Amino acid sequence: MSIIVTKGSLDWAYPPFILATTAAAMGVDVTMFFTFYGLPLLLKNLDLNISPLGNAAMKMPLAGMHMTMPNIACMIPGVDAAASRLMKNLIKKKGVASITELRALAVEAGVRMIACQMTLDLFEYKLEDMIEGPELGGAATYIEVATQAQINLFI
Amino acid sequence: MVDQTLDAKGLNCPLPILRAKKALQTIPVGGTLEVLATDPGSVKDFQAFCNTTGTELVESGQQGTTYRFVLRRKH
Repeated sequence: MSIIVTKGSLDWAYPPFILATTAAAMGVDVTMFFTFYGLPLLLKNLDLNISPLGNAAMKMPLAGMHMTMPNIACMIPGVDAAASRLMKNLIKKKGVASITELRALAVEAGVRMIACQMTLDLFEYKLEDMIEGPELGGAATYIEVATQAQINLFI
Repeated sequence: MVDQTLDAKGLNCPLPILRAKKALQTIPVGGTLEVLATDPGSVKDFQAFCNTTGTELVESGQQGTTYRFVLRRKH
């Protein structure tokens, strides 16, 4: 199985790591290709956040109700930080693994991780700021993997 | 009697499966692992995990809010 990981917000970081760790646990060879905003998910120090801006489906449970955030309210400084804090509290309360934990489990399970060389150059990241394990590669490296995989996901 | 028990209560998807996979590797082939979980999704997930990995699902049941699975390592 291969997964192209293109998004790096706290919420979008979950699907690729959940699917990668579970597939690996089920005996599937997994490769993750981290590109564009997905690449920072390989940084040693993760500081993941969410933004309710433009996310019509985000209805956070609060005091027995579901709260939506009007786009205009997202302009107020601190709203994204508050939403992120709320999400992190929910994650802890509901026994959901942290991204750092899932990522460590993925590495431990032998998930192959490829960091997109072009994105690294584009956004001026350094490989030494990333966790141990990922290799550098480009589109052709990914395509070679994808041609051998039965499941190829773009997240 | 089971060889080992894994308490995965309070953990959410995919942690019960990931912990169970890890625990299975520590028991001998033919041995059994009991998993206790509270995630309702784990009922289908353990069935799917066993189908795919060739692990035998010896038991799958529920006591109150706790789900109990017994898995046998086949290889």
